[in-house]
Amino acid sequence: MGKLVFYVALALVVVSGVLFAPEHAGLAIHPMDQFTVEALFGGAHVAWYTPTNVTLWMFLAIGAIFVLLVLGSANRGIVPSRAQSVAELAYGFIYKMVEDVAGKDAVKFFPYIMTLFMFIVTANFLGLIPMSFTTTSHFAVTGVLAVIVFVAITVTGFVLHGAKFLGLFWVSSAPLALRPVLALIEVISYFVRPVSLCIRLAGNIMAGHAVLKVFAGFAGALGFASFLPIFAISAFYALEVLVAFIQAYVFTILTCVYLKDALHPSH
Amino acid sequence: MEGDLAYIGAGLAGMGTGIAALGVGNVAANFLAGALRNPSAAASQTATLFIGIAFAEALGIFSFLVALLLMFAV
Repeated sequence: MGKLVFYVALALVVVSGVLFAPEHAGLAIHPMDQFTVEALFGGAHVAWYTPTNVTLWMFLAIGAIFVLLVLGSANRGIVPSRAQSVAELAYGFIYKMVEDVAGKDAVKFFPYIMTLFMFIVTANFLGLIPMSFTTTSHFAVTGVLAVIVFVAITVTGFVLHGAKFLGLFWVSSAPLALRPVLALIEVISYFVRPVSLCIRLAGNIMAGHAVLKVFAGFAGALGFASFLPIFAISAFYALEVLVAFIQAYVFTILTCVYLKDALHPSH
Repeated sequence: MEGDLAYIGAGLAGMGTGIAALGVGNVAANFLAGALRNPSAAASQTATLFIGIAFAEALGIFSFLVALLLMFAV
């Protein structure tokens, strides 16, 4: 049965590719068009308060998280339902990560890190739905997330340790002559953290989606062989599902690493 | 002429992503080599693996960003 469905779908793809082949060959879509921010209710001008497709997909992500975590665990069954077990899995996964990477006393930051992970992973997965919009592919979105992480961790460090937090930059295990040079490098690497957090997430997601659209654009150039790119697209799509999860994981685990620095700044 | 040079620069920056791929492969290969020697310790080190991959990959993504800027912003 499953095989039959697969072959029928394959035949449909091939036949429709042959039937609807465009007259003039050429790249049909520009790979970067999918990232255009548009006002939801018309109007060309986008101000900071205008509801755009970014706003819409962010709220959809929040709604999806609400459905999974709040409604999914509302029954609190001894034998968990499917939604409840997914919610519990996610909770346990992040809790263990915070405890392992940042230490036991970092657990009071767990709600923030859980929120961060769930938002990024949901936004990434929603962006993989065809015709949807990927909010995390924008440097503005990931930049705000990264700057909040950076500010929160710096403030935490100074509140907990005061001026001793600056010891993070003073590598006391190194020879005295090297310490100023190392301090300079440490300061630079400290301030590059939010930049790299922001660019890693947005760059990965944007690059992956652009690759998918480049292959989709080949369909217009191949004439009646326009069904061929769907195989490449399927393969890349599977990779993108993996990347969507791994990048959310990497963002949160690096947050945990930085948090550990703020809680225990001794070098 | 300046636009053409920007395209050449974008191509050169694109090489950086490939070189970052070498770095990521290096991290994964060494992890696997270590994990096969001591499989019982491997599971506890996957977080380190991902952090290492993320750091190696970040620089490749930086050069990808430079390529994008040269293509679309310059």
